[in-house]
Order: sequence, then C-alpha cells, then structure tokens
Amino acid sequence: MQKNTGLKILSVSSVLLLVAALYMVFVYAPLEAVMGAVQRVFYFHVAAGWVGALAFFVAFAAGLLHLRRGSLLADRVALCSTEIGLVFMSMNIVSGAIWARPIWNTWWTWDPRLTTATITWLLYAAYLLLRQGIEDPQRRARFAAVYGVIAFASVPLTFAAIRIFRSIHPVVIGAGAPGAKGSFDMTPAMRDTLLFSVLVFTVLYGTLLWHRLRLEQLSERVAQMRLRLLQG
Amino acid sequence: MLRVIGALLWKDLLSELRGRALLAALVVFALLTVVVFNYALDLERTVRASVGAGVLWVTIVFAATLALNRVFAAEREHALHEGLLLAPVERLAIYFGKLLSGLLFVLLVEAVVLPVFALLYDLPVAQPLNLAVLLLGTLGYLLPGTLLAALAAHARAREVLLPVLLFPVAMPVILSAVRASQEVLAGSAWVRVAPAFNLLVASDIIFLALAVLLFDQVVAE
Amino acid sequence: MIDVRGVEHGYAGKPVLRGVDLQVAAGEFVALFGANGAGKTTLLRILATLARPVRGRVVLGGFDLAVDPQALRAVVGFVGHHPLLYPELTAIENLQFYASLYGVEPARVRCDALLEQVGLMRQRAERVRYFSRGMQQRLAIARAILHSPRVLLLDEPHSGLDQNAAAQLDALLQAEAAAGRSVLLVTHDVQRGIALADRVLVLGRGRVVYACAAASVSATELAVHFAGADGT
Repeated sequence: MQKNTGLKILSVSSVLLLVAALYMVFVYAPLEAVMGAVQRVFYFHVAAGWVGALAFFVAFAAGLLHLRRGSLLADRVALCSTEIGLVFMSMNIVSGAIWARPIWNTWWTWDPRLTTATITWLLYAAYLLLRQGIEDPQRRARFAAVYGVIAFASVPLTFAAIRIFRSIHPVVIGAGAPGAKGSFDMTPAMRDTLLFSVLVFTVLYGTLLWHRLRLEQLSERVAQMRLRLLQG
Repeated sequence: MLRVIGALLWKDLLSELRGRALLAALVVFALLTVVVFNYALDLERTVRASVGAGVLWVTIVFAATLALNRVFAAEREHALHEGLLLAPVERLAIYFGKLLSGLLFVLLVEAVVLPVFALLYDLPVAQPLNLAVLLLGTLGYLLPGTLLAALAAHARAREVLLPVLLFPVAMPVILSAVRASQEVLAGSAWVRVAPAFNLLVASDIIFLALAVLLFDQVVAE
Repeated sequence: MIDVRGVEHGYAGKPVLRGVDLQVAAGEFVALFGANGAGKTTLLRILATLARPVRGRVVLGGFDLAVDPQALRAVVGFVGHHPLLYPELTAIENLQFYASLYGVEPARVRCDALLEQVGLMRQRAERVRYFSRGMQQRLAIARAILHSPRVLLLDEPHSGLDQNAAAQLDALLQAEAAAGRSVLLVTHDVQRGIALADRVLVLGRGRVVYACAAASVSATELAVHFAGADGT
C-alpha cells in the first residue's frame, strides 16, 4: 500500500488542533457565572451538532449526485459521511444530556431540538439498516440515495412539527425564546472558543471522512480479490 | 395514466374482496388496539380529548403499516410486480395505483373503527374538520409509506424494516395530525388548529413532490 | 426483431454476462441453451427490461432500450419463471387487466379470442387460484401475446407441463413464429429446442459460444459444445 502523505499530515494536525481546542475549552474560556464548569460542555456540544448536520448534508448531496450520475464514489461518500455524522450526533445528544442534568434537572426533556436530534439519529440509523438489507451494490446505492433524500427533507418538517409544542432549549446564537432556562451571554473569549471548536471539529470531520473512504475502498478491493479467488 | 391507475385499483380491490385476507384482519387489529389502549393508559374522562387523539392515530399508523406490508408482500409472493414493470405504463401510475389502493383500504378500516372509537371514548370524532385531518394524515403517512415499502420490498427482513424506515420519516405527519386532532376534539377555535393543520398540508405536498421525483429510481431495475 | 450487441451484466461485483451479441430476425425461432449459471435468465430479463445492462446496446422491434424503453416494452412479450397471474382473479379478468395496461382495444374481443386460442374458453370465469400448472402456463402465454408483440421471450416455458400440454405449447409457439414474431426460447430440453427452432445458440460463461442452424445439428453434437462451454 502506498504512503498517503496528505492524509498523514491532516491526521497529525487534527490531533494537534484537538489538543489546542481542549486547552481553550478548559483553560482559556472563562468559567460561566451561573452554570459553572458544566457549561464547558457547550463548546464541543455545539461543534458536534454542527458536524452532525454537515455530515448529513454531505450525505444528502452525495446521494443526489449518485442519483444524477450513478457515481459509486458518491455513494461511498454518502455512506461514510452518514456513519461519521451518526457518531457526532451521538456525542451531541449525550453531551446535551450531561449539561441538562444540572441545569434543567433532568437528563432528558422532549424539547424540539433534542427530539429532532434524536429522530434525525434514528433516521440515519434506519439508513444504515436499509443498506445492510440490500445485497446488490447498484440497487443498494440507488435505494440508499432515495432514502437519504427523503430523510433529509423530513428533518426540518419534524422540527417544525415539534416546535408547535413549546420549547425550553436555550437559543444562544440568534434570538432566544424568553424564559428559556440555561441561556447566557457569551464573552469574547467564549465566542472565540466556540468558533475554534467548530473549526477543529470540521477539520476532524474531513480527516475521518478521508480515512473512512480509504478503508471502504480497501475493503471493496479485498472483496473483489476474494471473489476472483473463489472463481479460480 | 388514469386508465392504468383505475385498472390497478380495480385489480387490488377485486383481489381483496375475493381473498378477504387483509381488510377483516386490519379491522379486528385496529379495534383491539383501541381497546388495549383504553386499559393500558387507564383513560379517565378528563384526559380523553388529548390522549384519545393519540390513541386514534397510533391505531391508524399501525393498521396502515400492516396494510403497506401486506399490499407489497402479496405482490412479491408471485413476483406480480414484474408483470407491472414489463408493461409500457408510466412508473408513476404504478405508484399512484399502489397509493390509492392503500388509501382505500386504510380509509375503509377507519370507517369501521371510527364509530366504535367514538362510542368507547365518547369523543366527537365525526366533525368535518376532524375527518379532513384523518384523510390528510392517512394520505400523508401513505405518501412516503408507499415509496418506502417499495424500497423495503427488495431488502432482507422487509416486514420489520418498513416501520423502522417509515416512522422517523413520517414523524412530521404523525405529530401534526395528532396535534390537529387533539385541538379539534377539544373543541378549540380554528386559530389553535391552524398551525398543525397547515403543517400537515405542507408535509403532504412535500412528500407528494418527493415521491413523484424519486419513484422512478425505486422501480428502475 | 432482436438486435443485442456487447451486453454486459454483473451481480454484486460478479460478472454474469461478458459481452453478448445476438440477432434474431422477424419470424425466426431461436433456441438458447446453456448450463446453469450461464446467464440465460439474466439475458432474457434484460431484454424484458426487468434488469438493466451495465454496458451494451439492446434494440427490440426497432426500439432502443436506452432511448425509448416504454416503446420497447410495448413490442415485447415475456414468459418467465412466474406466470404473473393474479390468483384471486378469473382467467378473463387477468387478461382484461393486462389488456388495460397495454392499451389493447377492443379488450373483450381480443381476450376471448386468446382464451379460445389457448383452449381455456371453458375456464373463462374460473379463478386462476384453481388452475393446474399447465392451465396457468397457457394463460401466461396468452398474457404474453395479448398485445401482439413483435418479440416473444420465453424462459423455460415447458417446466411443469405434462407431455400433452407441452405439445400444445410447442404448436402455439411455432404458430407465433410463423405469424412473423421473433421468438427467443431458453430451454434445458435440447431435443425439443432443436426440433422447434430455426437456429440454436449456446451461452457459456456469459458469452454466445456456439451458433448453428437447427437443421444441421444433432442433440449429441450440441451436448459436446454444451459441456465445453461450461468449462468443466
């Protein structure tokens, strides 16, 4: 296997950036006055949520590309991006629960954002189950892309539907609902930490996607070799 | 296209009337669900309006999922879908044929279950607005449901896979339909019904558009 | 007529057809032989538009699969492993249903004529559920020729038929070829194939490996090519 220098550099810089982000979260960013240390979860919570959304969008776009052009690379990107998106979405949901325990006094509440995040998670878990159930690669790619498009379109509708019930989730960026418990105003240092975390997580996403794509290509080559061997 | 949709609908209805496999089972299942929920939730008079709407919709969603599975499974058993794909008919006509058969079956089930539900739960379900919500909600569930059932039909463990695929996708339809029914059954003014009702209509339109755009990809071999 | 050039197909990365060329003139009866897994069924399913070729050109009755699949479907009749009949509908209802899919007018007259032709007039109003295998197969043939297709594709239509029913089917197929249709018959029964066809082909490992006029070949001769094509 040939060396992949670009990927190596990207991997190393991702690790370094992550260390820097951790430093900013725990040392550089000031302690939030009301909520205390648990507020620090917020930076990675938002960053993970952002990467989840980004990853699912990439999967959606790749699915559309596959439907238009029939490109199998696009299908591979859709699969890999969805898997990574699911991991980050899980981080987002779990970190949210950790924060909610002391602030909202419960691990879980049926708030629009939480519920939408969870339903989105379930949607993409279903996406992977669908892929698992279909043998033929062409059909699997096509069906997965169709489901990816429908899933992506239904998320904003779900959010709107849950919104009809009232929300207690704080809206830190943009105008918040009055009385949302856990709102706070960001200091410049907090804002820098958040933006940096989002940037680092985005780079991390790119790195992981590259690794995962390479792995997928390799496993496909192994499968082909095995087939050739079996056929003699 | 209308000729073909009509033929598909006629064929499904005739098969069902002769075989009597699906409809009777669906009706009994739906009635059982209504009764079970009454005891599972230990429903008191005061909460019936808000919880009753939920019970009604869960019943409809269960019945519709079973109907979707059955409609496609019956066809696959004898590879009959291939007979449709061989013919020079628009693929979209096949989708609408399946959609309308499913809609007809589920509406028939609702027609039987609704009076019983009204009697047992003592709720005014027969209002025109509630009937409109029922129609739009059922349609909204079957629009993506028919498309996803066609996907699941090619997969392993398809009977289990369909609800796993469909529930999260149909979430906006289910939620807005429940909400709209709740408000209608509680006797609220239109202003309180409108947000959920409008979202239901919007979801129906979006799922219809998606199905029209994507169904070709599902049946193309 | 049938004009197939360079058709390739694979399933799950495994090649099934590796460049099939095949021409059948109008009014010509061609029998296609091949060992199990040679790709006969796949080839027929591609011609019937039930499977999509990865590469290659398919022209049936003057219509290109890639350009106008709907027009192509209108001139093809197909009898596969399943009779494609609705068990709860009667013989006449089945035919009328397919007549409306193909836009056959006047449906009633045409369907009755066909039932007469395949000898099912007495069972006209019986449900297909109660039909014997032979009766179902005859109705399946009627279904396939309902729209007077220029091309008739048959995949093992004799399987499950007794001698009498098989002889009836043979006569029917020869009449169809005499009426100017291109008939392509896939069969295991070498003797019957040679007796019926004008020309015989052998498919082996995804290619046409042998072609010959039916009159100038014996079953034993063909069996040799058969075995050779199998690669065993």
